[in-house]
Amino acid sequence: MHDITLVVNGVPREVRVPARRLLSDCLRHDLGLTGTHVGCEHGVCGACTVLLDGEPIRSCLTFAVTVSGREITTVEGLGADGPSPVQRAFAECHGLQCGFCTPGFLCTTTAFLRDNPAPTDEEVLEGISGNLCRCTGYQNIIKSVHRAAELLAEESS
Amino acid sequence: MKPPPFDYHAPVSVAEAVEVLAEAGAHGKVLAGGQSLIPMLNMRLAAPAHLVDINRVAGLGEISAGPDGVRVGALARHSQVERSPDACGTLPLLRQALKLVAHPVIRNRGTVVGSLVHADPSAELPAVLALLGGSVRLASRGGEREVAAADFFTGPLESATRPGELAVSAFFPAWPGGTAFVEVARRHGDFAMAGVAAAVRLDDDLRVAEARVACISVGPAPVVVDLTAACGNRPVASMDWRAVVSAVQERIEPEADIHATAEYRRHLTGVLVERAVRAAADA
Amino acid sequence: MTTKLFGEPVRRREDARLIAGQGRYLDDLGQHALAAAFVRSPHAHARITGINVDAALEVDGLVAIYTWEDLPPGVAEPLPLLIPHPALTHGRTAYPLARDIVRHVGEPIVMVVAVDRYVAEDVCDLIEVSYEFLKPVVGVEAAVSGAHLVHEDVPDNIGAHLVQEVAAKDGRSAAEAIAAAPHTLSFRLDIERSACMPLEGKGVYARWDADDQSLRVYSSTQTSTSVRMALAAKLGIPLPKVEVIAPDVGGGFGVKIVHPWPEEVLVPWAARLLNRELKWTEDRREHFISSAHERAQVQHVKVGFDDEGRVLGLSVEILHDHGAYTPYGIIVPIITSTQLLGPYKIGAYRVEFSSVYTNTVQVTPYRGAGRPQGVFCMERTMDKIAAFLGKDRTDVRAANFIQPDEFPYDQGMIFQDGRPLIYDSGDYPESLRKLKELIGWDEFPALQEVARAEGRRIGIGIGCYVEGTGVGPYEGGHVQITSDGRVHVSTGLTSQGQGHETVFAQIAATELGVPIERVSVVTGDTRRFGYAVGTFASRAAVMSGNAIALACRKVREKALRVAADALEADPRDLEITDGMVHVVGSPSAAIPLATVAVLSNPLRYAFDEEAKRATQFAGSADMNRPPVAEGEEPGLEGKDYYSPIRSTFASGMHAAIVETDPDTAEIRILRYAVVHDCGKMINPMLVEGQIHGGVAQGVGGALYEKMAYDDHGQLLNASFMDFLMPYATEIPRIETDHLETPSPLNPLGIKGAGEAGVIPVASVIAGAIENAEGFPIDRMPISPSELHELRVRPA
Ligand SMILES: Cc1cc2nc3c(=O)[nH]c(=O)nc-3n(C[C@H](O)[C@H](O)[C@H](O)COP(=O)(O)OP(=O)(O)OC[C@H]3O[C@@H](n4cnc5c(N)ncnc54)[C@H](O)[C@@H]3O)c2cc1C
Ligand code: FES
Ligand code: FES
Repeated sequence: MHDITLVVNGVPREVRVPARRLLSDCLRHDLGLTGTHVGCEHGVCGACTVLLDGEPIRSCLTFAVTVSGREITTVEGLGADGPSPVQRAFAECHGLQCGFCTPGFLCTTTAFLRDNPAPTDEEVLEGISGNLCRCTGYQNIIKSVHRAAELLAEESS
Repeated sequence: MKPPPFDYHAPVSVAEAVEVLAEAGAHGKVLAGGQSLIPMLNMRLAAPAHLVDINRVAGLGEISAGPDGVRVGALARHSQVERSPDACGTLPLLRQALKLVAHPVIRNRGTVVGSLVHADPSAELPAVLALLGGSVRLASRGGEREVAAADFFTGPLESATRPGELAVSAFFPAWPGGTAFVEVARRHGDFAMAGVAAAVRLDDDLRVAEARVACISVGPAPVVVDLTAACGNRPVASMDWRAVVSAVQERIEPEADIHATAEYRRHLTGVLVERAVRAAADA
Repeated sequence: MTTKLFGEPVRRREDARLIAGQGRYLDDLGQHALAAAFVRSPHAHARITGINVDAALEVDGLVAIYTWEDLPPGVAEPLPLLIPHPALTHGRTAYPLARDIVRHVGEPIVMVVAVDRYVAEDVCDLIEVSYEFLKPVVGVEAAVSGAHLVHEDVPDNIGAHLVQEVAAKDGRSAAEAIAAAPHTLSFRLDIERSACMPLEGKGVYARWDADDQSLRVYSSTQTSTSVRMALAAKLGIPLPKVEVIAPDVGGGFGVKIVHPWPEEVLVPWAARLLNRELKWTEDRREHFISSAHERAQVQHVKVGFDDEGRVLGLSVEILHDHGAYTPYGIIVPIITSTQLLGPYKIGAYRVEFSSVYTNTVQVTPYRGAGRPQGVFCMERTMDKIAAFLGKDRTDVRAANFIQPDEFPYDQGMIFQDGRPLIYDSGDYPESLRKLKELIGWDEFPALQEVARAEGRRIGIGIGCYVEGTGVGPYEGGHVQITSDGRVHVSTGLTSQGQGHETVFAQIAATELGVPIERVSVVTGDTRRFGYAVGTFASRAAVMSGNAIALACRKVREKALRVAADALEADPRDLEITDGMVHVVGSPSAAIPLATVAVLSNPLRYAFDEEAKRATQFAGSADMNRPPVAEGEEPGLEGKDYYSPIRSTFASGMHAAIVETDPDTAEIRILRYAVVHDCGKMINPMLVEGQIHGGVAQGVGGALYEKMAYDDHGQLLNASFMDFLMPYATEIPRIETDHLETPSPLNPLGIKGAGEAGVIPVASVIAGAIENAEGFPIDRMPISPSELHELRVRPA
């Protein structure tokens, strides 16, 4: 067993885990942050995407011990007071149905728009290309990403 | 789909890492980005007794570019290399290839060196290393050795890395001409059904002075073919493509799987060879 | 604030929690529960000769290991055959844990309970099962050859055989009509297996309350009410002591309507036995090899037609692969057989299917449920007729359409609900007109010429379908207005992302005249509503929507009656706006619904302000009448059921333009257009969303997804790496237009919309590729490699 500290959504959390505990399971089951979802556990679906020091990664392909001491942002930490512009845009544009893929898309999009605040259609496609959604057919997700870019621009102006 | 138990080691220096690896011998596995290893652990297709996590090892994250080429440290992530103006300025092929590796989120974690050691015959980076005649630097308790690409990729998912060895960096030599990487995958970001990396150098009269390609997914390891002779020192516009393509098709050994027949892979490689050589000559 | 919300693109009420990561999906519950995992067969067909658990017993954290031998009588029996049918002469279902023979890779053999899933999997790895190998049967044609049997007592592996015939008006049989037709064609079509593949797998979490002797089960199911009844029966617990709740569910698409799954019985059983909370969360590999697939069929078609392309006779023989077991009966091939007819009047029709066993995962409905196969058959037929006659493909379709003045139109068959296949309404010529305009059908040949001159290959395709939706037998709705003025709506069926909380709230708000913010909706919780059928067959909005509307009408009627008493007015002069009951035209004479709720209950403890206020309306009690009058109930609540005489028929038409790379044979969809008619739309934004999602799944089925079994019955692509669900990069933008032909069958005039998007996609894409390439596409899905093969194959 390993004693590790993860700074999750700004809060240092100490937790004792076996080395093989996946970060996804650690967040969900050791820390009770069940917003991060698990759809495949082999890196393809993107539902488990969280931010590691601000960069999106697959939490199902990361051991919790490996990232001890680092900052993790999960869907629960995206909004400060109330939902973030990205979260609001997904609700506004009907960018989710069952909502299972949504936390992964929200984390991916948050980092993507930070690096690329005014993306083209093609860039949006590339940006979300590693996340599977079985419900929406993606059209409204793409719309949501563009809308989020608008909301973010409004917010920062 | 949960990984089996293992003893975990988190060395902080190369010296410590190779020590642990030496102890573990054949029962040890290096964990770098984990983007290939952890899926295999989760599916319980691998069960190493010792996992040596190198993510805390100091000094492995460097990317250094010089006139001779680019050296990439074992902890340099795909995305860091892809975004490095120095590395990709020296060697645009790195970015051309990395854009085709999985999806951006996977590239944030996966390492270039890990991809080389993993030696997937469908992976892009082994083809780049093989095409350019680069090398991998392996450290062990006994010291370091530099293995040339031609000797490094020994089979599907097999490299010259021995138990107890840590790949500390890889060297991608600069190429004086143009390069391109083209591939066809079922979905965007998937491992390709076929793909071709090309390096072409034109002479002052815009005739092909030197050309080679490396093909993926059509053999146990990247298949490098020198096309200089087949190109016949002609300008691209009047090339005998049939000769060029068949020079490659003679060499590849595609196999069928659920995504493509062997015959299709052979055909596709031919199409992509022409596209890649044209693009590299244009670059 | 408007309370007329029916028909508006109201934003979803479920989203606030889902975007915040506050959804509660199955695996989010029971954080301290024990975990279950299963040893599953690695072989497609084998006899179990021994199970050795010795090594496994050493593992730290192991709680229990169960094999079939350990199961008590009710649990040990084969799982129920949910939908029997006289034609299903050889229905077979699996044991929850294999008894002696395993019939597909993935069949559960041993159940392991441990402190967590990691340990449970360690234990599974150490359990040794020995086998005697039996010959696997893979593929329908191998199956019907009968060389080897999946079930020893099922000859030729045929589980069901059904022939349905509709004679022509002149009494001719299909064979006669075809023989007499001016032109005939015959051909074979193949459709491969795919699967629902919701992003959340299945899962069960059970809590036994030993003090209360009651069981609470959470399941990621499409039918909590039926799981509850199954559990009560199998575990021998009185029904009122079992509650089943479907929490947030991460997609279903059909696979979660099957019940009870082995795990749904075993997990609650073991939870009670161990008196410990127990949870099983299906992982992706398990989902691939041990839940359900669909689609695979081979079809042999014969068609006779006249010079206009009118179909005079059609005969279809279907070999349907239903996998190793038939828990869901033969619903899928029945739907294929009936819905094949689409929007067309077919002279004489004969359809014969054999539903056959193979050593593969069982086949149960996946969104579309047999319709994509039927539509593939009919639409390919239409294209072939057009090609033969040199006619425009849309003209041939139009020549066969049922006309708007011909409704209700009786197709002369029996539908999946056991009732006559009578279309209630529709306007197919208008749909076609809209579609041709949307995609630019008439302009396409010119575009194609231009492209061809540039060395590009583009093609256009079209597909039409009719979809029976809102199948019975019933759904119910319960509505209660509490003394705080809140409206609590519940219905028994479940939600998997369709937005039921929103649409049912829209209906309730509209019916009751209250702000939608005051309405809350609960679905799939047997504590709130005990009788329901489930969410499938595009039935939720039609069935529960209407039931809730009817329940609301009851409540409204009572509210008006109570308010009329208090206001000393005639109920007929009252209306409700914004949660206030008032006299029409006189807003001052008003009483809030909250107060009415208090007044409706003679027991009036002043727990809240509203109850205190209500005392002013208390009036004088009539001492000669009981406080609750005969036929009345205390409280402001109502319950009603909706049970339609038969299904309502939605319809639609899709068209696509594709480009095929002349060298690499890559296939790209350039445009995709949908015209859709699901009657009156409760929420057009959500209907569009359903269509987008359906089309995306259809594109998956047309170009990417198949279950690749080898001859040994091994599924070669049991992962998201190799089972190619489309990403955003593979899905075209979908252009939509709507038509609203109300259903005359239900009070709201609505039809189902959940499955529509997926149904015609494979046929549309096949038609478009055919148009681009100039040779027939008779097998779906199609990959670049397969297209290349067709190109180079000797003509
Ligand atoms: C969904 C998905 C899609 C992908 N698609 C592609 C693709 O299209 N093309 C592609 O090329 N790759 C693809 N990958 C793989 C990805 O590029 C990996 O990052 C890469 O193959 C391995 O790098 P890693 O750092 O993650 O290695 P790890 O997973 O950590 O290790 C891989 C193997 O290499 C060994 N190893 C790693 N580093 C060292 C070292 N320094 N010394 C000694 N041994 C070492 C490990 O022991 C292990 O055996 C994909 C991965 C995923 C999850
Ligand atoms: S669960 Fe991590 S990528 Fe699917
Ligand atoms: S909303 Fe259900 S998977 Fe994306």
